Amino acid sequence: MLGFETSCDETGIGLVRGRTLLSDALATSMAEHERFGGVVPEIASRAHLEAMVPTVHRALADAGVALTDVDAVAVTSGPGLTGALLVGVAAAKAYALALGVPLYGVNHLAAHVAVDELEHGRLAEPSIAMLVSGGHSSILLVPDLAQDVQPLGQTIDDAAGEAFDKVARVLDLPFPGGPPIDREALAGDPRAIAFPRGLTGPRDAAYDFSFSGLKTAVARWVEAQQRDGVAVSVPDVAASFQEAVVDVLTAKAVRACRDHGVDHLVIGGGVAANSRLRAVAQERCDAAGIVLRVPSRRLCTDNGAMVAALGSRLVEAGVAPSSPDLGADSSLPITVVSA
Amino acid sequence: MLTLAIDTATPTLVVGVADDDRVLAEAGVPSGTRHAELLTPTVTAVLAEAGIALRDVGRLVVGLGPGPYTGLRVGIVTAAALGDVVGVPVHGVCSLDAVGTGARVVVTDARRKEVYWRAHDGGPLGEPAVGRPEELQLPDLPVVGDVRFADRLGREVTGAEVTTAGLLRAVPIGEPAPLTPLYLRRPDAVPNITRKAVSQ
Ligand SMILES: [Zn+2]
Repeated sequence: MLGFETSCDETGIGLVRGRTLLSDALATSMAEHERFGGVVPEIASRAHLEAMVPTVHRALADAGVALTDVDAVAVTSGPGLTGALLVGVAAAKAYALALGVPLYGVNHLAAHVAVDELEHGRLAEPSIAMLVSGGHSSILLVPDLAQDVQPLGQTIDDAAGEAFDKVARVLDLPFPGGPPIDREALAGDPRAIAFPRGLTGPRDAAYDFSFSGLKTAVARWVEAQQRDGVAVSVPDVAASFQEAVVDVLTAKAVRACRDHGVDHLVIGGGVAANSRLRAVAQERCDAAGIVLRVPSRRLCTDNGAMVAALGSRLVEAGVAPSSPDLGADSSLPITVVSA
Repeated sequence: MLTLAIDTATPTLVVGVADDDRVLAEAGVPSGTRHAELLTPTVTAVLAEAGIALRDVGRLVVGLGPGPYTGLRVGIVTAAALGDVVGVPVHGVCSLDAVGTGARVVVTDARRKEVYWRAHDGGPLGEPAVGRPEELQLPDLPVVGDVRFADRLGREVTGAEVTTAGLLRAVPIGEPAPLTPLYLRRPDAVPNITRKAVSQ
């Protein structure tokens, strides 16, 4: 299964055989977006076009297979940036047509869950899945990854990764904000500042998130310190902010498991690479008797292997391929696992 | 030699198959912004109509624009991928060169109230350009292309679209160059509000 991922700034091409990862080639335009503090869609789309064929060949070479060995093609058809998605969709359709193999348009979010199968084997079903990245923060109930994924909750404002980016900017740390905050926080005290935990009141939606208030609270706190001429401890702010995010994410994920009588949790998306999130999630799952599965850091962020992994799962489940007029859907709902 | 030609630089996607310069089958699909959905099915249909298998194609020709970027990239990446699998060269051409014949100025819709244009007289005169119709100093040649700009150009415009024959005529002699789209404008450097687009 040859997988194409171009929903944002990463051109990811992956190859899997069943649940075995063969290769995972990546080209990124992140450096070109850095000075804008966010992904510029047109720059990302231009980069996808340039990177496409070379990245396909890097994936083939890494896997030691030929194009003619490919039995099926999968591509992220949404959600994501329309212009970026369309480069991948068009490329995947052309490769599938020319190779004479079936094409599967897949949901990016479900692919973040599927990638875990490459490292930890078949997913227990039902599982609870939490996806946290720069663009998505959601909790899902997954009775059947190939054809039944149900949203339980999601962010009502910023995504978790977006909050990391914005707080990094407040602290003069580089974009994207996840890795530098994780690094700074190692030397900081997570209890130094009591930042708010959004949407955790008794009457709040149990599985929804809100990170906008937290981001504002951090900015206000830093401004107040600077106004008072107090030196800001970047490690303490980073650690306290990170703790607030991680606390809310893990509490809600564990609660979703408990409420639904599910004893397996899988966490995916770029923020799942955060060391504190991984540690706290493990602690809380252990205490609650939940089996936690998190892909290795490399596979948490967007990549082509996750798309191939979901494509593979669809074939296994006997799901029909996509129609030849497959397009992209920037707001593809999570309930649509394959388009 | 069999050529498969593709162009997605205008709202009409064009797919044609030719044996040397004889067009065997051709489709112009008014697909608007649905090039990605309709391109590969159109390729399948045109090849079938011509009675040709993709693996028998000896080269591809693709329009590099100028044209609206998203659609343009769909055509270019499709041609690149098809050429990659079949193992044949892919020649990029200026899409404006594939509209009309003879001495002419070609104008197409560049959106944002502008046109793409290029003049030809026994070959292109200058590089393809983009501009507001009211402000252009077009050479004194017949104007062909998108008739909706006649008023704003203050010139008579004869309707014409990209054709397979035009794409074939536009192929430069020699080895194919890298398939670099003719964007003509720098990217709008407005970052997406979120790092990833999805608000979920
Ligand atoms: Zn993602």
